[in-house]
Parts: sequence; structure tokens; C-alpha cells
Amino acid sequence: MAPFVERVVRSQVWRSIFRHGFPESNRTRAETVFYNFFLHVHPTKVRKRSLRFTYTWGLGGLSFGLFIVLVLTGGLLMLYYRPSVPQAYADMKDLQFVVSSGEFLRNMHRWAAHAMVAVVFLHMLRVFYRGSYRPPKEFNWVIGVVLLLVTILLSYTGYLLPWDQLSFWGISVGTNIVRAIPFGLGDKISFLLLGGHIVGEYALIRFYVLHCFILPVAGVVLMGIHFWRVRKDGGV
Amino acid sequence: MDEPEGNDQKGKNIISRRCFLELIGIGSVVVTAAGTAILSVEYLSPNVLHEPPLKFKAGLVEDFPADSVTLIVDQKAYIVRAKEGYFYAMSAVCTHLGCITGWKADEGIIACPCHGSRYDREGNVIAGPAPRPLPHFQMVLGDRSQLVVDKGSVVGDDVILKV
Repeated sequence: MAPFVERVVRSQVWRSIFRHGFPESNRTRAETVFYNFFLHVHPTKVRKRSLRFTYTWGLGGLSFGLFIVLVLTGGLLMLYYRPSVPQAYADMKDLQFVVSSGEFLRNMHRWAAHAMVAVVFLHMLRVFYRGSYRPPKEFNWVIGVVLLLVTILLSYTGYLLPWDQLSFWGISVGTNIVRAIPFGLGDKISFLLLGGHIVGEYALIRFYVLHCFILPVAGVVLMGIHFWRVRKDGGV
Repeated sequence: MDEPEGNDQKGKNIISRRCFLELIGIGSVVVTAAGTAILSVEYLSPNVLHEPPLKFKAGLVEDFPADSVTLIVDQKAYIVRAKEGYFYAMSAVCTHLGCITGWKADEGIIACPCHGSRYDREGNVIAGPAPRPLPHFQMVLGDRSQLVVDKGSVVGDDVILKV
């Protein structure tokens, strides 16, 4: 080890962050996992078979990776986007043609969103065909189904935000489908979703808050439980 | 006093002090949760809507020739003048999923571009997935032969405006 590196590794700062040695022995290898926030949920033992790439196709990890991409690009897009009429459409056009790298970020957000819906769906197919929903993992399948719903709702709420014709009619049709719920509930739910009878400014703000706050927070909490349970059940 | 005490062995059907306090605790949590739920739903339903008014002036009587169907896109409504000269107003919003329909003059029908619903000029469904006919709106003759339509008041398709 170079003397400089050795000085860094022995410094108080390093030792207060990494409170164990390098993963060279069984003990320090275990400590590396136990004392790391990101690794601590890993199981103590993983079957070699479940580490094979073709067992999972990495689809869960890909979904999560896409979610990270969407949070980062979405957070940056929020800096230029105002969820009001008629600014929303103009801000979207500004992002495309005026803001530096705006078009790149918008496209990245869009493609990652499409990909996430596809990958989450493929992940569900993989879990189904591998029978990974079987006991004791039934409840994690249920959480996964809710996560699929959250993904689709995120995709759908984001659809309104550009405030163009496609968005407007997409949400008009969608909330009219909600109106088909019987016992007079449909009209009520549609009214609450839109904040009115038509797709207007209140609807835009509601979909914005759902898209940027409520659904992502719900997703993160469910993902935390989902990953923790995967690991406790011996998955990667 | 012949009233049994709470911890008396005679009072089998008398709940214990602990159970009583637990019930008060759980009850207050339930009441608070229910109140919060009701207030939340009330908060989520706006009391004032900044939506465009439902009454609008469609135009002058002479703007509409006899035997014509005119779509007023901004108001999502048709003004129909029959051959005989009377008027009626009708929604242009497809009863299937809410798209704006269009008048096809060459075929003499109203068609929806979204899922292919078709209506005749009275708004009756002739094809496609639309579940209901297009509703007719109340229309009155205002000042200086202005046609005034109230989209908030739906009338039967036998209601016409003779001018």
C-alpha cells in the first residue's frame, strides 16, 4: 500500500466512516456487509443458482435503476416546469428548444418512463414463470403488484403534464373511464381526481402533485419493503 | 349501595377498568381517524371552481341556415337548425369517453374520432360503443335574436326552439 493511501486509511475520518478492515477475512467480509447501510439487508447466504444472471435477468435491478434515472431527470425538469395553465405547455417547449440539455433530459425522462413500465412488466412475468411468488414469498408478490400499479399511475399522471392535445384527451378519456364506477362513486372519484368537472388547472396541479410527490414517496416506501423481503427470502 | 364494584367478583358482565380505558383509547383514535378522513375528503373537493360558465351565446338566428348542423368547438356543442326552421342545441361530447365529435356533412352523421361512435343529427346512437344518445341542452332566444344555450340544463329531445 502506498504511504499516502495508508495514511488516509489510518486516519480518524476514514475509520469513523468504515468501522472495519478491508474485506480480506471472513470476519471483515461479513462486517463489510453488516456495517454498510446499502448492503445490510443482504441475506447471510445466497444460493449460487439464484446469482445466475438468467435466473432473474436483472429485471428488478433494472427497474430500480430506471427509477433512479427518472427521479434525477424528473427533479431537474421540475426546475423549469410550472404546473399552471398556460405556462405548462410553454415551459415544456422551453425545455425542448431553449434550456441547455433540456431536450436531452426530457427525452431521457420519457424513454426511461416507457422502459420502466416495460421492464416492471417483464419483471412480473419473470417472477411468474420462475414461480418466485410461491410461499413464503406470496406477500412480496402482492407488494410487487401494487408497485406495478404505482408505476403505471406514475406513467399516467406524467402524461398530462406536457399539457398538449394528447395529454388533454388522454386524461379526458381516462377520467371518463373512472366515471363508469357504479353507485355514483365514479363521478365523485373523478371530481376528486380532477378537482372539478373538466380537465383544467386544478386537474393539472393534482396530477403534478401525484406525479412528483405522492406516488414516488409511496413507491419508495413499497420498494424498501419489497427489497428487504427479497433479501430476507434469500434473493440477491 | 347494591351497585356492584368494577373489580367485584360478582360483576362478571362488568368490564374491567383496564378494558374500559382501552376502549376509550381505541374509541378516541377511531373517532379522530374518521374525522380526519372526512375532513380530508372535504379538503380535496374544491368549493369554488374556476371553470368556464355553462351558459353561452351561440350566435344570431340568421347565422344558422335551415337544415344545418353547426359545431361550436369552444363550447363543445352543436346548434342544429332543422329543415322546418326550428332549433335545438346538443352536446358535442361523445357519451362514450368524452372526446369531441364532428359533423360529417357528406354522410349526414355525427362521428367521434376516438373510438368510432356515430350519431344521427338528433344525437341518437347509430353505431359504435357510445352507451347513450347526445344530450340536448336548453336554448332560449335572448336579446336581438341571440341564441343562448345553457349546458347546465339538459332537456328531452322533443324540446325545440321555434323562431
